[in-house]
Amino acid sequence: MSDEPRYFETVAVGDDLAPLRDTLTPRRLVMFAGAATDFYEIHYDRDHAASLGLPGLLVHGLLKNALLGRFLHEWVAPAGRVLGYGCDYRGMDAPGEELTCRGVVTDTHADSGMIELEIRVETTDGTVTTPGFGRVFLPSRPVP
Amino acid sequence: MSLITDEMRKLLGVDYPPVYYDVDRSAIRLWAMAVGYTDPVFYDEEEARRVGHPALSAPPGFLGHERYAPGVEIGSKGPPIRGLNPQLTRSLNAGTEYEYLATVFAGDVLEATTRIVDFQQRTGSIGEMLIISRETTYRREGEIVAVLRAKAINY
Repeated sequence: MSDEPRYFETVAVGDDLAPLRDTLTPRRLVMFAGAATDFYEIHYDRDHAASLGLPGLLVHGLLKNALLGRFLHEWVAPAGRVLGYGCDYRGMDAPGEELTCRGVVTDTHADSGMIELEIRVETTDGTVTTPGFGRVFLPSRPVP
Repeated sequence: MSLITDEMRKLLGVDYPPVYYDVDRSAIRLWAMAVGYTDPVFYDEEEARRVGHPALSAPPGFLGHERYAPGVEIGSKGPPIRGLNPQLTRSLNAGTEYEYLATVFAGDVLEATTRIVDFQQRTGSIGEMLIISRETTYRREGEIVAVLRAKAINY
């Protein structure tokens, strides 16, 4: 979250969002399994993952999606809100590796205060495993 | 060869019986912790009220928990997302989108209705794939608050 509230007028097409970096440990995956009620074993049982030919545990697609949701929330908080967002799961991510959320403003709508963004999750070598989009609302700067 | 059978086509657009989701404050806090939020609006009810919310708000992507019951597998109540075509034994989550029409809060009870909206067949690096798209509409006291669109790949 920024110290100064972000308002619609402070945003322009082409603006890059400050990246969000996070390392999803196996502990975080287990917490998320409970929070999202996704108990598929490939997210916490190494033997099960190996039996399916996987190199190791995998981060939930939905956790990467939720991380993108947090990325948008933290960009618009406290004044704005997330109207919609989504992503495709193109590549697998392993727990314990640093992931980076990045985004850029692609369109702004002065009539509604809606801002459209392209967002993504990348690994440290720049591979985009999870491309997505976002739509957020930012209010106009209050007139002093 | 088409992977999409007549029986599958009959499922298109058919609403499955509603599933009820309870949005609990402890679940909101746990989700927020797991995803790494530090914003107190997801943890502290006083802070939530200070910013004008009636209760803790649900972070993006969190729409509550279904009502668990013994013998009922969690997440099994909607339309099948694998096994529709017996030749395809494996399944992958391909994508998830959320559209919010209102903010969801702790204490909300959401009525969720799911339908399959599309079947697509494609050939990819993993062979012949069936892409199943489904849509879930979440209502709070009749008002649509969120729509979830999800894609699964069977291969």
